[in-house]
Amino acid sequence: MEIVFLLAACMSIASVALICIFLFANGLPAMKEIGLDNFLLGRMWKPGADIYGIFPMIVGSVYVTGLALAMGVPVAILTAVYLAFFCPQKAYRVVKPAIELMAGIPSVVYGFFGIAVLVPLVRTISESVNGRGNSIFTAALLLAVMILPTVIGVIEPALRAVPRSYYEGALALGATHERSVFFAVMPAAKSGILAGIVLGLGRAMGETMAVIMVAGNQARMPKGVFQGIRTLTGNIVIEMGYATGLHREALIATGVVLFAFILIINMALTLIQRGEHR
Amino acid sequence: MKTLCRYTRRMSAFLRRHYVGSRLMNFAVHAAAAVTVLVLGFLVAYIVVRGVPNLKPSLFALQYTSDNQSMLPAIINTCTMTFISLLLAVPFGVGAAIDLTEYARRGSRLTRLVQMTTQTLSGIPSIVYGLFGMLMFNNALQLGYSMLSGALTLAIMILPLIMRTTQEALSAVPDMYREGSFGLGAGKLRTVFFVVLPSAMPGILSGVILAIGRIVGETAALMYTSGTVAKVAGLMDSGTMLALHMYKQASEGLYLNEAYATSVVLLVLVLLINLLSAKTAKLMMKGRG
Repeated sequence: MEIVFLLAACMSIASVALICIFLFANGLPAMKEIGLDNFLLGRMWKPGADIYGIFPMIVGSVYVTGLALAMGVPVAILTAVYLAFFCPQKAYRVVKPAIELMAGIPSVVYGFFGIAVLVPLVRTISESVNGRGNSIFTAALLLAVMILPTVIGVIEPALRAVPRSYYEGALALGATHERSVFFAVMPAAKSGILAGIVLGLGRAMGETMAVIMVAGNQARMPKGVFQGIRTLTGNIVIEMGYATGLHREALIATGVVLFAFILIINMALTLIQRGEHR
Repeated sequence: MKTLCRYTRRMSAFLRRHYVGSRLMNFAVHAAAAVTVLVLGFLVAYIVVRGVPNLKPSLFALQYTSDNQSMLPAIINTCTMTFISLLLAVPFGVGAAIDLTEYARRGSRLTRLVQMTTQTLSGIPSIVYGLFGMLMFNNALQLGYSMLSGALTLAIMILPLIMRTTQEALSAVPDMYREGSFGLGAGKLRTVFFVVLPSAMPGILSGVILAIGRIVGETAALMYTSGTVAKVAGLMDSGTMLALHMYKQASEGLYLNEAYATSVVLLVLVLLINLLSAKTAKLMMKGRG
């Protein structure tokens, strides 16, 4: 019977191995055929003319993710601080489930909310700079909201795990409640906070449906924060339905690049968490 | 201790009046929490207000036509898909968790590898699962666009979630229970099945319910595995899910009212699932007394 459990445990190893094998086996030949430089650094994506450069999509993903983190992380950290140190018990019983619900809302619902509310809003705001509603900014704003529960969910326990004596010590030295929390407790929880941010980074980079609903999806180099962009994830979903031959393989190769990014992020996360335990 | 606490609190409040920085920090913390809650509140209220008036009985007709964007086939498919994926994932997930908490030597190379790959799995975005599912199940195993290949894909996707929650539930069971069972002469296997698993059940269930929530809301992993045919589907047929159905309505731009209605249904489902999961998890705490 022990063997059965062991085999079950090996399922996750097998899954990761299979995912790697299938993605790389189907994606690498296309990279080779197109040429690694042309594929990764090419600034043109024109499947009709057999030109496959995904640099615009890489830049697009990086911009959207970076901006989303810049907007989402401060709010997430402060909210986590609120939950851990400022929240009366009664409020906690409302706010905590609300944030958990936020994590459960499907990404299409977020995307639809983006189409209905954020896109017109951003269009109005950016009218003076000739902006569009479907833009980097809109996608980043939506992602910033979507990563909140993930980031909060990691940071709050990290803050709570800091020994209470840190906080009390600071108070005893005459610091205010706020100063004790921000300058004694938070530095002690910094690896947990970093882990939360990295996890949010992975979520934002991998998010697909919500982003393609609001990002505009033009496969070209970004021309400004209020202009449209296509992300790596978007590239796959949008064209996979009708792609054949090399085009299809190039899309799978796009998936490989995304997968590589995610693996690097995961590795960073593991390193951070390992450092924490030491 | 309590009076001391109250005293320092009051002291802190007194000092705060004199430090602008502390007041600013206090404001920022409360503002951030308010933003988070208000955004969620606005989103839910907006969808409900716009969606409920569009919920017509005809949207729940058994047949989907382009005139009547019925969501019933999608709802039925969602249930089927949830059932099959859980059937595939739960035995493996729970089995793996039992191995990790009850049998495996901590820190052995294999255990570490399992933990590392599980963490990797939980970080992989759903579109990558979708690509993989398409390549492996649809093409290599020649299942084509089918509920089965969608369910297989989802099963791998929710595996780490079920493993993690089960592991947590199992390790929350006090060692006393195990020792008592051994003391009465039960073997390892009997102890696991009749003592440890039953008392960890609420925790495992709450994880399973969370997994249901992920399945119900999934789109990117299913678009190219189970496909988007709006019909009640059997195991080997292509069938759309509620979230995918809504994506099509919203992105084509022709059926916005129906999309609002569908998103209300999705939102209510997710809300119920979350509540249920929290309730079961609480049961676990109570059982511990």
